[in-house]
Amino acid sequence: MASEPPLLSMSGITKSFPGVRALDGVDLDVQAGEVHCLLGQNGAGKSTLIKVLAGAHQPDTGSIRWRGEEVTLRSPINAMRLGIATIYQELDLVEHLSVAENVHLGHEPTTAGFVVRGRAARASTAALLKRLGHAEIDPARLVGQLSAAQQQIVSMARALSHDVRLIVMDEPSAALDPDEVDNLFRIVGDLTAAGVAVVYISHRLEEIRRIGDRVTVLKDGRAVANGLPAKSTPTGEVVALMTGRNVEYVFPDRPVSPPPGEPVLTVQGLSRPGEFEPLDLEVRPGEIVGLAGLVGSGRSEILETVYGARKPTTGQVRVGGRALKPGSVRAAVRAGLGLAPEERKAQALLMLESVTRNVSVSSMSRFARGGWIDRGAELGAARAATRELSLRPDNPSVPVRTLSGGNQQKAVLARWLLRGCKVLLLDEPTRGVDVGARAELYAVIRRLADEGLAVLLVSSEVPEVLGLADRVLVLREGRVVHTAPARELDEHRVLDLVMEGSPAS
Amino acid sequence: MTQPVSPPRDSTATVPEDRPPAWRGLLARADVRTLSLLGVLAALIVVGGITKPDEFLDTRNLQLVLTQASVVGVVTVGMTFVIVSGGIDLSVGAIVALASVWATTVATQEYGFAGILFTAIVVGVGCGLVNGVLIAYGSMVPFIATLAMLASARGLALQITDGKTQIVTVPSVLDLGERDAYVLGIPPLVLVFAVVTVIGWLVLNRTTFGRRTVAVGGNPEAARLAGIDVRRQRLYLYLLSGLCCGIAAFLLIVLSGSGQNTNGNLYELDAIAAAIIGGTLLTGGRGTITGSVLGVLIFFTITNIFALNNLQSDVQQIAKGAIIVAAVLVQRRTASTT
Repeated sequence: MASEPPLLSMSGITKSFPGVRALDGVDLDVQAGEVHCLLGQNGAGKSTLIKVLAGAHQPDTGSIRWRGEEVTLRSPINAMRLGIATIYQELDLVEHLSVAENVHLGHEPTTAGFVVRGRAARASTAALLKRLGHAEIDPARLVGQLSAAQQQIVSMARALSHDVRLIVMDEPSAALDPDEVDNLFRIVGDLTAAGVAVVYISHRLEEIRRIGDRVTVLKDGRAVANGLPAKSTPTGEVVALMTGRNVEYVFPDRPVSPPPGEPVLTVQGLSRPGEFEPLDLEVRPGEIVGLAGLVGSGRSEILETVYGARKPTTGQVRVGGRALKPGSVRAAVRAGLGLAPEERKAQALLMLESVTRNVSVSSMSRFARGGWIDRGAELGAARAATRELSLRPDNPSVPVRTLSGGNQQKAVLARWLLRGCKVLLLDEPTRGVDVGARAELYAVIRRLADEGLAVLLVSSEVPEVLGLADRVLVLREGRVVHTAPARELDEHRVLDLVMEGSPAS
Repeated sequence: MTQPVSPPRDSTATVPEDRPPAWRGLLARADVRTLSLLGVLAALIVVGGITKPDEFLDTRNLQLVLTQASVVGVVTVGMTFVIVSGGIDLSVGAIVALASVWATTVATQEYGFAGILFTAIVVGVGCGLVNGVLIAYGSMVPFIATLAMLASARGLALQITDGKTQIVTVPSVLDLGERDAYVLGIPPLVLVFAVVTVIGWLVLNRTTFGRRTVAVGGNPEAARLAGIDVRRQRLYLYLLSGLCCGIAAFLLIVLSGSGQNTNGNLYELDAIAAAIIGGTLLTGGRGTITGSVLGVLIFFTITNIFALNNLQSDVQQIAKGAIIVAAVLVQRRTASTT
């Protein structure tokens, strides 16, 4: 073994984005024919690492050796030519093209250099699909007509249509039924038997135990463990590696006793089959309730349904005792709900506009008489709201796109503060926010709660939910598996719950 | 996962306050784009003055340019709102045609001035209502819905006229189109254009309606989640465009003394082109009435200069195309440097 150089050897990889160090000196060795699992919480740097490996991101520093030779992965095509294929979680298939066309996209078999030999493409696609155990997929069908699982097979066939030596799979099992997962594992087994290496990303520890050979754990952009044996490392050790942060989070004190009073937000039997199961929850004024769960656990969907941005199949939402019209954002806003959505830039901000206009957009009519806006009053109110949250720079006339992530989030909060909302729904409030700026946001959120706001918080970062919330609902695959006061939970236990689904001792 | 976030912050220092004194506001707001459009217009006037000094700079000629620009100009104001909201209205020319023929039928003319004006506006708003309902509540793509309206309105206009020109016989309407007609010392059509422009500017920049328009165009999802009724706003915007078409149809009736089913031909292209030259983003979220109106004036000045120099309309068309490309290229450069 020692004489054989690893198939892939990445060392000292760093990658920074403005305000965020996503990778901080990561090493990764992958041997031919092994299944190497990559573990880590959201934000640990997994996605960035596989994008570097796929040639989609260029690392700032560090070196990559491929079959013993130093290489630069300039582009995805470049990586693919070397034999590195990546299957992303969000499949990158063209829905309006056939299976065969997708598989051969970019390297179609041709006559005279440009006439596509459709029959040859379909024949080779059929052979690939058969090898993957899905001979029933017709290469001539449109990809858009296939199920999610079948699309994944097509994506895999595309990877195998190249001469591949390493396949990266980003949460391939997330969209699959149990028997489809079995087939996936069989394919992975066939591939590794043929000497192909697989880098496998999953949140599900039981999967890693079944097919993994070695595990690398990422945390806060660093590899905290390299090449642990996948089958024999105790769960507790893996979870401990994933948690226990290097970064100190400073959370504000929470009130000693739970706030008294009637719940201002009441959710009863709310559900959207396929996304989340019937849910009951209550939030009192001054209380922060947290929803903890992984990507795909239904967290964001729950929040958006409460807000009326998605229409519930069953159940209802009450604010101050009055039922909201289901599926109406306007009814929710009028009743006093405010949402700070997960994708700030895409879902909340008007990026071409000033901070003032972003803050006032939900309360415009208050500064208007007969539709005519009193811009002095508007600016004054926006300034007061942004000052209360210490938004920097202290000039609401600047374009919102020039603000940092944390200050953009404050602009969204200021919007609801100005509106005078009663219930604040926060979806990943510190996503894309500097570590340093997080503590300030936490303090702001707690202060708003202390002033009587009810807060429903969703985060994939367990310490954030535990540190900020008074009460925590733990979600797994659309279902609440545990509810407890935050002070009775720790990160270890919550991670056990979200990954295993049953309370671990 | 960790996302790249904070954009460069170095551009914050030069941004002006929201509310400088009024006269300075005009200067401060006259951004590079508006100034460059004014520069182009000034250059064209110089070119016209040099090539045909006597004819081009004649007061009557300049009045004529403005009068001709008024009809498309009013349509462009409505179009600018629609494009800023992220939509498009391809049916404006056809609506102008339909409104102009409906308002000049023998039956309508019996009701005189008011009958013609009222009919033109009601037909315009009615067509806008159909567009708006299809787009806002039928979730149709604006391009398709208004393309269908273009075809149907033209067809209906042809059916009403049977291809004949409908001569206007109402004296009060014809008087407005006389060469010597002035209201407050301004040709009446130009006055209407000016009033529509000013109202359009105020509505876009100073009212909740304008804010909502910009928000819906800039980020419809964010607008929806901020509690704006995006669909109703879209409906209103196509109503507004229809209203502008109705007004333009009336101006055209005054100008030509008739109604024809071929009226308003290719107005949609002129209006869209003028808005784009004026800096309105076709993707929505940004645009100015000032820019669009300058775009219209530039177009009609070129047409006039070319006509005075005996250049044919084919050359004019080619020049217009070149101007559109040049304007977009220049704007992309200024956009990337700011």
